[in-house]
This record gives sequence, C-alpha cells and structure tokens, in this order.
Amino acid sequence: MQTLDMATTPLREVNATLQAAKDQTNATEWEVLNPRGSHAVAVGLDGPISVTVRGSTGYYTAGMNKQAQVTVAGSAGPGVAENMMSGTVVIEGDASQYAGATGRGGLLVIKGNAASRCGISMKGIDIVVGGNIGHMSAFMAQAGNLVVLGDAGDALGDSLYEARIFVRGSVKSLGADCVEKDMRPEHAEILRDLLARAGIDADPSEFRRYGSARKLYNFNIDNASAY
Amino acid sequence: MTDQTPPRTVPRMSATFTPEINAEIRRAAATGIYDIRGGGAKRRVPHFDDLLFLGASISRYPLEGYRETCDTRVTLGTRFARKPITLDIPVTIAGMSFGALSGNAKEALGRGATMAGTSTTTGDGGMTEEERGHSRTLVYQVLPSRYGMNPDDLRRADAIEVVVGQGAKPGGGGMLLGQKITDRVAEMRTLPKGIDQRSACRHPDWTGPDDLEIKILELREITGWEKPIYVKIGGTRPYYDTMLAIKAGADVVVLDGMQGGTAATQDVFIEHVGLPTLACIRPAVKALQDMGMHRDGVQLVVSGGIRTGADVAKALALGADAVAIGTAAMVALGDNDPRYEAEYQALGSTAGAYDDWHEGRDPAGITTQDPALAARLDPVAAGRRLRNYLAVLTLEAQTIARACGHNHLHNLEPEDLCALTVEAAAMAGVPMAGTDWVPGRGF
Repeated sequence: MQTLDMATTPLREVNATLQAAKDQTNATEWEVLNPRGSHAVAVGLDGPISVTVRGSTGYYTAGMNKQAQVTVAGSAGPGVAENMMSGTVVIEGDASQYAGATGRGGLLVIKGNAASRCGISMKGIDIVVGGNIGHMSAFMAQAGNLVVLGDAGDALGDSLYEARIFVRGSVKSLGADCVEKDMRPEHAEILRDLLARAGIDADPSEFRRYGSARKLYNFNIDNASAY
Repeated sequence: MTDQTPPRTVPRMSATFTPEINAEIRRAAATGIYDIRGGGAKRRVPHFDDLLFLGASISRYPLEGYRETCDTRVTLGTRFARKPITLDIPVTIAGMSFGALSGNAKEALGRGATMAGTSTTTGDGGMTEEERGHSRTLVYQVLPSRYGMNPDDLRRADAIEVVVGQGAKPGGGGMLLGQKITDRVAEMRTLPKGIDQRSACRHPDWTGPDDLEIKILELREITGWEKPIYVKIGGTRPYYDTMLAIKAGADVVVLDGMQGGTAATQDVFIEHVGLPTLACIRPAVKALQDMGMHRDGVQLVVSGGIRTGADVAKALALGADAVAIGTAAMVALGDNDPRYEAEYQALGSTAGAYDDWHEGRDPAGITTQDPALAARLDPVAAGRRLRNYLAVLTLEAQTIARACGHNHLHNLEPEDLCALTVEAAAMAGVPMAGTDWVPGRGF
C-alpha cells in the first residue's frame, strides 16, 4: 500500500502520482490521507489501480475516471465521478449534486444519499444509490442505469432518453416524458447484476422501472405544454 | 375633356408590418412552430464597417508596405498553461461541430487552418479523427452537453475551451434536428438515431463563477496543467462576464457577438438576444485592464461577423488579441456559392440567404450529413481556399497596420480609429470622424 498524505503533499503531486501509476506494476494499491474536502482529488486516473481516500472530498472526486477503483471513505462533494469512462467509484457516505454527471461507463456506488441531479446527462454509466436521491435526477439521461434503493425527489428522469431508472422507494414526481414501465425478466436480470456488483443485498422484485415515453424525441407542437 | 377621377391615396406599406413580417406571421399561423435556422443575426447593427482607420501622416509615419516587417504572431495561454500555443496569424477557426458540419467540411477546416498556421476548434459533437489528424493546433470544446467528452481527447487537444455561451444564442443550447442525427453522429453523442437533439443550455456539473473555477482546476489536473484553458462567452454583459472568467482562472476569454453563427436555433433568439460584436469589445478590454490582465496575462479572442482584414485590424485595435471566424470560413469553403443557385431556389432560398442548415440538405455539402451531398466538398481544395482566404485577411490587416505605422498587429490601438456614426463611436469608444467627441465622455 502506497500512501499520499494531503496534509503535506500538494494536490498536483497527488494527482500526478496517481495518474502515472498506470505504468507501474508494483504499486497498484494507494491510499490518500487528509483530503479535507479538497476538490479534484484522484481525477483523470487511467490504470487498474485501487485508491482509497480516507476522509471527505470536495468537487469532482474521481472525475473522468478510467479503469481505476476509487473509494471515498467519507462523503463526496458535487460532481463525483463526473464523465467517468470505466472502473468503479464507491462513496461510503453521501454525495452532493450532479453525482455521475455525463458518465459514459463504469460503476458509481453511493452508499448513502445523493443530492439533486444525480446522473444528469448520464451516457452509459451505472449508478447505484443506497439511500435517497434529490430532485431532477437523471435529467436528460441518455444511457446507462440508475438504481435507487430509497426514494426519488421531484421530476425524476425529466427529458429522459434511453437510460433506465430503478427505484425501490417512492417517487415524488416524474419529469417530462418519464413514465413507469413494466419490469420484464431482462430488466430484473440487469438490476440483479447491478446490485450484486454494488455489493448490496436487495430483491429486484421490490423495484419499479422508469424510462422514456419517447414522445418528445421529435418536436411536435401538440407536445409544447409538456416542457 | 378633363379627367374627373379624384386623386386617390397611394397604397402605403407599413414600416411595422413589412412583407417579411407578414410572411412570418402567416408561416407561424400555418405551422404553429417558431422558425429555426442557422447563422448569426442578419439585422443591421453597428459594426466594424462603421469605423475607419486614420492612417499615418505628419504626426506619425507609416511603414513600407513590402519592405518593413509587420508581425502577426500571437501566443495564447500565457497565464497558467505549461504549453501555451503560438499561432502565426491572429485569426482562428471558431468551434463548429461534426454533426452540424460534414466530416469533409471539418477536415477542410483543419487543413486550411494548419496551412495558414492557426488553430481550429471542435464543437458540440466531440473530436473526430479527421479533425485531429488534419489540425496542427486543435482546441477542444467542453460544452454543456458533453457529447463525446472523454479524457483522452482532452489530453490530445492543444487547448481546451469551456463554452459558457455563444453570441447567436446566449442563454440557449444547441439544436441538431433528426435529419442530421445519422448512425455516426448518434453513436458519437450517445443518442437515438433521428431524434431532434436539443442540447442543454448550462453545464450539468457547475453553476456560477465559483464552481467554474473548480471545474477549470479539475480540467487542469486531468491534463497536467499543460493546456491553455479558454472560456467562451456570448456577448451579453461583457464587462462582468470577462471579469468573472478571469477570476475563475481562464487563460483566454473568447467573446462572441450576436453576428456569430450557430448551426441551428430559433430565429427570434438569434435576432433578439445578445449584443453586437462591436458593443462587446471595449467593455471586455476594460475588464481585462481593470484586472491588470490586458495583453499581459489573459488573451481576448473576439468573434461574430469578422469578414475582412479590416475587421481583423479593427478588432485588434479595439483591444482583442485575436479573432475567430466561423461563417466566413464556411463561405470560403463554398457555403452559399452562387454556382448552386438553382438548388438553393429549389429549397426556397437563394445563394447568400440559405440558412436552413438544420435540414441537412446543403447543396454545397458543408452543413449536411447526407453522404452524396457531403461528397461534393473536396476537403483538399476547400482547405486550400480557406488557407488563401486566411492569407488575405492577414495581408489586409498588415496593410492597415503598416499604414498606421505599426510593426505588429497588436500595436494597433483605439487611437488609430474614428467612427462614422454616433452609435459606433459610443460602442467603440472612439471619436466621431472629424471630431474629438466620444459619446459618453462629454465635450
């Protein structure tokens, strides 16, 4: 285990070290100490390494991650794992706004709650939230899966494209063009796999599935009041 | 016999309800949808044509046009980037997406810009191999939609441009209608084929200048602090927006006036929201000066209606470090060429007025994803035309600068200018021609 202590190591050096780790063969386990809410911690990683951040972080933790497994043993600020490409990001606590925004791949697990706009414009990422999510989550979500074990806030899935949403608790309201859909066996299988990968023990049959009604894909003046 | 017919009132057309307005009312009544088009504001607004250079005389002497050097180079990104970019000429190619433009058009822009020694820019659709491969210096846009965004492309870009706004539609997102969402475009943007794509108007993971500062930090950390980071804003409140972009950590501010084009948006947005380019420059320069950054830290790139070397020289004289061209570059490639007049007529338009770029039926093969139409544009020949045009812009600007006695385009200054109209004098902060009166500065 290699250690980087942010009490004494500047952010630039922390990120440069972790970003360079893809070329090393004997240093795949890292821990980052004393993040103290720093922004942009462990961003732009591109290697099969494991990084554990011991403490809470600020904005954009693990932004644009590729391949790496990043765990935050604390809570994460806005935009955690934004535009993630692959790999796994686990937040042991809660996440702020825009978690997983525009993510294109990989798995983001938030064991606590996520604030508003979780999964905004997601493009293929899978997000599993152990608690509740805030309003306007999965806004304009294009692809991927958002799994919520708790409740969802207002306007879930507004202007949704092809992303799937699974919610076990209540949904305060659905956004424009987002509708509840049948949970067919293939969806239950996808959900079962996501829960297993996230390390969460839950029964897929307790969830409901939401997706796009696809009525707003092409502009029709008769739908103007939907916006 | 005398004519007993009494004099009659001559039919009088309304200056308010013009034939053009009435036609739009009839079109709206028939369809129920606003007009969507490409391009920038077409209305007459105060512009660079309303300014004149004074030239040299007894009080200052000119440089020999063919003998004495007039430098045109510009370096962008000197504030924080470890690898600033130096361009041979201060005329860059503005962001235009693959999707809005054909692959051949993007390749031609890269070829022309590279031959001329300047940069080109991606757009709201990600980076294509054609574009990267043919562009020596490529600016990668980070837009609200983040279509195709990935860290590998960030790293292989030469500079990064965070797009906050655009002159044609400040406060609005882009559009790409279903006709242009082909398989390739759909895959790049992770969208279903054939949908009417409406991009987000603001970024998904930040709002406001404090967040932007952190977003820029993240981009720098991902790219090792190598790349110049531009912030592009639409011309609305140029003084404050420039100041906030500087505060957020921008290396370069790109400022786009309302004549700047878009691939597609509502006509009402293009014509009624935002400021003319001329009105944007001096407030932005004042912000740079007030922050101690003008020509010494943060560079200013101005776009929106740049057509000639005179426009380039005037923008630089008012304080810009470089300009960007979009519409003019498309015209240089072959857009709206009269040789396609019969086809423009068949589309209900005419050469010079064709702006239904969103429909994807461009006879010139530029604003289309139709393979047959796109094949009409030879990227090598079109790139050469763009190179020629950029060379002419540069030569013209040099001609003016030498006539004003300057050995670098950046030595042009407001004192070299006067205005033909009160409006232009007020916006540009230069005297009315033949007077020493600058509106707003008293007598």
